[in-house]
Amino acid sequence: MIAESMYQELILEHYKHPQGRGLRDPYDSEVHHVNPTCGDEITMRVKLGDGGKVEDVSYDGQGCSISQAAASVLYELATGSTVEDSLAVVEEFTRLMQSRGQVEADEDVLGDAVAFAGVAKFPARVKCALLAWMAYKDAVVRSTE
Amino acid sequence: METGFDVERIRKDFPALSRELPGGRPLVYLDSANSSQKPTQVIETMREHFTTHYANVGRAMHVLGAESTEAYEGARDKVAAFVGAPSRDEIVFTKNASEALNLVAYAFGNPAGDDPRFRIGPGDEVVISEMEHHSNIVPWQLLAQRTGVTLRWFSVTDEGRLDLSNLDELVTERTKIVSIAHQSNVLGTVNPVDRVVARAREVGALTMLDASQSVPHRPVDVTELGVDFLAFTGHKAVGPSGIGVLWARGELLEAMPPFLGGGEMIEAVWMDHSTYAPAPHKFEAGTPPIVEAIGLGAALDYLSAVGLDAVAQHERELTGYALEALREIEGLRVIGPENLDERGGVVSFTLEGIHPHDVGQILDDNFGVAVRVGHHCARPLHLRFGIPATTRASFYLYNTPAEIDALVRGLHHVRKVFA
Repeated sequence: MIAESMYQELILEHYKHPQGRGLRDPYDSEVHHVNPTCGDEITMRVKLGDGGKVEDVSYDGQGCSISQAAASVLYELATGSTVEDSLAVVEEFTRLMQSRGQVEADEDVLGDAVAFAGVAKFPARVKCALLAWMAYKDAVVRSTE
Repeated sequence: METGFDVERIRKDFPALSRELPGGRPLVYLDSANSSQKPTQVIETMREHFTTHYANVGRAMHVLGAESTEAYEGARDKVAAFVGAPSRDEIVFTKNASEALNLVAYAFGNPAGDDPRFRIGPGDEVVISEMEHHSNIVPWQLLAQRTGVTLRWFSVTDEGRLDLSNLDELVTERTKIVSIAHQSNVLGTVNPVDRVVARAREVGALTMLDASQSVPHRPVDVTELGVDFLAFTGHKAVGPSGIGVLWARGELLEAMPPFLGGGEMIEAVWMDHSTYAPAPHKFEAGTPPIVEAIGLGAALDYLSAVGLDAVAQHERELTGYALEALREIEGLRVIGPENLDERGGVVSFTLEGIHPHDVGQILDDNFGVAVRVGHHCARPLHLRFGIPATTRASFYLYNTPAEIDALVRGLHHVRKVFA
């Protein structure tokens, strides 16, 4: 029963009670990402402030528990953080997801996102977990252009 | 089940069905509309051909070449008989149903052909439906881009039936071809081909059926259907992947230009032009999937021996059982007809508040139940129902009511995890 371990309590909690969901104004950039293999999609807005501060990350979308929970966790980690720090988390999260379960997750960097470690063992679901995170990275790049 | 049909004996023919999944779970395979499992008879026929008779077909002047050609062409005879084709020369081997559909689409508006029925351009129309698999949508969109023909389509009713209320407005003198699914791979709906064909004939349009979901499951006779083209694929009919079939009326195959150029499809070649072999070889450029075709022949022999009527009856009972059993699950909505009228053994559904990917993952991991989740290559149909994806259970001759019970148990558990 490997999948049960993928559906960590924290993931289910975020899925059932998503944090920061809904698109908000003002924003610097908006992106729309889809996962063509399963039809999951997300629209994400980013508002940056002075000193590289991430003032708000707002999003809306549809998809499985993994993709929706990942967006919710991302919101919590990125909002109030800085561009630099949040992108470091994205970097570590991506590394973890692409590891096929072979690397130890760095909880100090990832915080709650460490709950997704089990997803890495399911190659078909890695894209679900990464959808919001890749959208965020894209939105940040566009905001700073 | 009162079908005179022994499902336990049939299951013994399919080695994969008795394998164990990791953790010692038994396999409950409810994904045959995606691809079916293979019986020993098919596996052994292909092994035997590779082991003893293999050589290229149609051109090798030696014993193995003759044996291989005989087996390959023998498979063509079997396919022709299986679908009631008036002539074996009307059976074109392709790599799958998609290639068969593309082959026909490429015959239209092709400067290499001169038959007026295939001349196409702005002002002409092609009619498909909203319930099509992408393989019966995209080839026609590409044709529209190449030629300027207008693409039109039947809509689908809330019940999941083809909406023929505007049949006469959709299929008109402007229509060159109507191409629809015989049976929907998502809804299970079996379409009223006779009405569509009658109207198409009235206006002089050609008709094509994507029969990928019907030929493996029920008796299909091209002459009775009265269509002009029919496509299906081997791997959904207990045969191997890599082999598909286009049936077309012989006179149309003669009128159509070649699709792919290459070896074996020619009569004579000069540096500046060529003449072509008669159909079906005109459409089979290059070395074909030889052993796959032979495997398909064995698969159709297998299905014929069981009897397509018995297969259809068995699936009908399973589908009735499943529709009834699924009713007890709270928040479950069947996408497609909820009765057995003109319906095959495919049941797609949504579970309120739970994404199909999560449903599929739990079913597979906890219960060994293999279903398909997603849009099943029919995205426009899902858009029509306002949903991104469904979970689909599909049944075949080797499935049992106990497997449907396992699906239902699994779905109750899914609800517990995500409620």
